[in-house]
Amino acid sequence: MSRPPRDGGQAPTLADGARRIAPIGIAAAGFGISFGILAGSAGMPLPATVVMSATTFAGSAQFAAASVLADAGPVAVAIVTAVLLNLRYLPIGLSAAPAFEGGALRRLVEAQLVVDESWALAHVGGGRYDRRLIIGGGLVLYAAWVGGTAVGALGAGWLGDPGRLGLDAAFPALFLALLWGQGIGRDRRALAAALLGLGLALALVPFTPPGVPLAAAALASLIGWRR
Amino acid sequence: MSAAWLVVVCVGAATVAIKAAGPALLGGRPLPPRLERITALLAPALLAAFVGVAVLSSGRRLVADARLAGVAAALVALRLRAPVLVVIAVAAATTAVVRALA
Repeated sequence: MSRPPRDGGQAPTLADGARRIAPIGIAAAGFGISFGILAGSAGMPLPATVVMSATTFAGSAQFAAASVLADAGPVAVAIVTAVLLNLRYLPIGLSAAPAFEGGALRRLVEAQLVVDESWALAHVGGGRYDRRLIIGGGLVLYAAWVGGTAVGALGAGWLGDPGRLGLDAAFPALFLALLWGQGIGRDRRALAAALLGLGLALALVPFTPPGVPLAAAALASLIGWRR
Repeated sequence: MSAAWLVVVCVGAATVAIKAAGPALLGGRPLPPRLERITALLAPALLAAFVGVAVLSSGRRLVADARLAGVAAALVALRLRAPVLVVIAVAAATTAVVRALA
């Protein structure tokens, strides 16, 4: 991923953000198509699927909620799991907060464009973030994600059995890639949380309804209680 | 309201509020360090659990089938620094082939 210049050059524009995010935008469209297909095969109506991408705009939480619904898991578990996955946007939003300007409503709307990729792109060094890069990059990702979702949801009907194409392994592979991006290779505490979450979830599978093992894995994050 | 719409509305409202909390309400005040450490570990814990459950379970049974071969291939692709879409394609193709052969 390209980084903005740090040599005190011209301030980045919205177009800079859009241009720099473009390669990731293509991948986001692909994920959006995947989400639309999964949601369709989980029995979600097309409008609900597209509205979810337009309002939640957070891939991993949407995939998790749709996969709980696909397994006929309890609705409350689908909601709790997705919300827990999105709790990471609390510290992410706090880190980017100084970049935003204007009144509370404008900040609320613009803050919706902060997702993992636009946040990483907009980091201009030293913990500072650029508002135009967040918005320019975020708008491209938003269009790619919502558009891809609509295409995937429309295509889900004639695709048939997702298992025949190995799509039931595509989603865990996507999550593995997202997990890889969480720094488990270099951050020992993140690796420990991942392994503990995995162990908790697998241990609960035989004893609880689908989705509960996923939500319970959140308890593994409590290892962050002590420094 | 159907289950799908209930999930869409609740998750959407909660996510909008979570994303807006920092920039719109807290005015950039930092979280307590302990809470920040815990929230930073939520994503790795939940993502790992999702991978494990999605690959190794079928309903309430733990199983090892073609999906495991697919995700193992994905892990190799990740270690070779393949782009994400290639990683996903490798996982799907491996699973489909193993399933067809089994």
